[in-house]
Amino acid sequence: MRRSGEVKVSATTTINKKNTSSGALKPGTYFMMGNFACVEAAIMAGCRFYAGYPITPSSEIFERACVRFPEVGGSAIEMEDEVASAAALIGASYAGSKAMTATSGPGFSLMMENIGLAFITEAPLVIVNVQRAGPSTGIPTLVGQGDMMQARWGSHGDLETIAYSPSSVQEFFDLTITAFNTAERFRTPVFVMADQVIGMMWERLKIPSIEGVEVLQRKVMDAKTRAKPFDYANDFIPMPIVGTGTNINVDSLTHDYRGYPSTDYTVSESMIGHLLGKIRRHAEEIWKWDGYLLDDAEELVVAYGSTARSALAAVKQARANGIKAGLLRLITPWPFPDAIIERYSRRVHNIVVPELNYGQIVHPVRENAQCPVIGINRAPGALMDPTTIVDALEVVAN
Amino acid sequence: MSRPVTDGGREMIATKHPLDPMIRAERLPNIWCPGCGIGIVLAAYVNALTKSTKPHEKNVCISGIGCTGRIAGYLNLDTYHTTHGRAIPFATGMAVAKPDLEVFVIAGDGDISTIGGNHLIHAARRNVDINVIMVNNFNYGMTGGQHGATTPLNARTHTSPYGNVESPFNVPYLVSAAGASFVARWTALHVIQVTKAIKRMMEIKGFAFLEVLSPCPPTYGEYNGYPAALDMMKHFRERSVVDNGADLSTVSVATGADDRIVVGNFVDRKRPSYDELLTELQARTGKKSGALTEA
Ligand code: SF4
Repeated sequence: MRRSGEVKVSATTTINKKNTSSGALKPGTYFMMGNFACVEAAIMAGCRFYAGYPITPSSEIFERACVRFPEVGGSAIEMEDEVASAAALIGASYAGSKAMTATSGPGFSLMMENIGLAFITEAPLVIVNVQRAGPSTGIPTLVGQGDMMQARWGSHGDLETIAYSPSSVQEFFDLTITAFNTAERFRTPVFVMADQVIGMMWERLKIPSIEGVEVLQRKVMDAKTRAKPFDYANDFIPMPIVGTGTNINVDSLTHDYRGYPSTDYTVSESMIGHLLGKIRRHAEEIWKWDGYLLDDAEELVVAYGSTARSALAAVKQARANGIKAGLLRLITPWPFPDAIIERYSRRVHNIVVPELNYGQIVHPVRENAQCPVIGINRAPGALMDPTTIVDALEVVAN
Repeated sequence: MSRPVTDGGREMIATKHPLDPMIRAERLPNIWCPGCGIGIVLAAYVNALTKSTKPHEKNVCISGIGCTGRIAGYLNLDTYHTTHGRAIPFATGMAVAKPDLEVFVIAGDGDISTIGGNHLIHAARRNVDINVIMVNNFNYGMTGGQHGATTPLNARTHTSPYGNVESPFNVPYLVSAAGASFVARWTALHVIQVTKAIKRMMEIKGFAFLEVLSPCPPTYGEYNGYPAALDMMKHFRERSVVDNGADLSTVSVATGADDRIVVGNFVDRKRPSYDELLTELQARTGKKSGALTEA
């Protein structure tokens, strides 16, 4: 076994455990990069199709997928751009595959068009965004959190999106599996909004035994019961898989219960109602958050991603300074856990929201909080300094 | 489909058509203008489908956006009406994930060669096992008649009101250079040849491309000397030259009264397809999957 200092950082960096017959890594403790952990999780979740375009700081995900997917009978294809990657995922999804890609801000922007297509055609797929500093090309390979609102509102029209935000390598692994399960259940694109720090960091990773991991599969339409392929009265509609004889038209246009394009207002209303409602009605089942010292907290920090690590250090320091601070870490920024924010906001004096952007998640926090909400905003390009958060807590507490 | 036919002066209503099972007849009438060539391509594809050796459910039609983009929705198959220009990468993902399908992309010239031009050349380069039929009506019809990458030089459209100052793509030349296994061009007049070409595309392993020149009377035709339904068809009949061995660098299309239109099955060659190479790669790497495990 190599000592950690000798580990060659590449997608083919060797792993000191035998693979299992399913192709997933054997259970055990590993030392792994976040981006690699994401790929191992995808394989464990049953993903066998990757379409990508290289972009830092997500490239290791694509590179490792190119090593690992063919080994497990899957395919990883390099497309001509991210527009094509996202389109290919939808095609693969309708072919019955669990499909994924990974990107960063510039590529995420190009995917917005077909994220809308995946949403309206109800194609389950997973898009990982290892966020870097923006706007535009920004600072490749330095951390940012500037794509959080884009994950919510980036594609035109009314969408309801689902996003997970990991704060460690372990969580990047765990949430990637969860993202596939959520995509399969809701038949919708799901985002894993990581950032450069989480993607490129090496940490201890516990890989569970595959038997102990919950892996969901989408409901598949039976060719004989195809009468109402888009039964909008039902939140979870079985998916027609290509080549199985369902003969369904899947349309980017607003479509009726048969899948046929329609300009009828009632069709628009029922289709949009279904697409948004299937997520909104089950939002509480999707929400994930984590608390630290919440019970007696008077000043609350709401944070996510790598910034939550700085926030944890800040809360500890503030406590040492005599401030009753607590941390609420958002694991699912979307759908926004409004009731959770509302509940905790009633117990505290103030909420501070540190972000590596100029104010994104602070807005839904403020919309739902019953106390003052203060954004702590820093330019992307460096981790949030815990002292900045401590300073803010000192100001609001006194 | 039902349509009136005449029988010795009496009108009869035909309530059935032999191709009805292949069509979502309840969606007719279609949206296309009188004199449009897209319906001819639809019929040719459906005729070719009846001869397909694949089980019916393995045939898939994917389209983009625009007049031709509506073809998919009329077919009683697994059909996908996708985003503008993105039918080819959508089809790529589907064909790679499920190689037993016979995937056709049928879309317009703006969709395939203008907004989707990058996807077109890369799919041809990869030689992914899909078939693309590009119906070329020389302009954007659905949006009211604007010029695109196939509009001939000097042609008039709503966005080239003084004559087009851009030179068009010679798409068969482009796709052939990019590496396609099969490249053909016919017109909407050449129904038999189009149908035969589609059948050949079904046999090809790798990227197969067919351009079908098509009349568009209300927009392109109106402003370029072919306003009536049959004008462009007459032009195709008079000016088409079949040359399967044509030097593709010379087959650019223009629609002037004296311009020749070179048609034919230009390229039919064997190159390893993406699917074949991928299957071989999976077999190779799958065998040594333990190789990753040693430190
Ligand atoms: S606008 Fe042109 S291409 Fe479109 S349906 Fe009419 S004739 Fe056909």
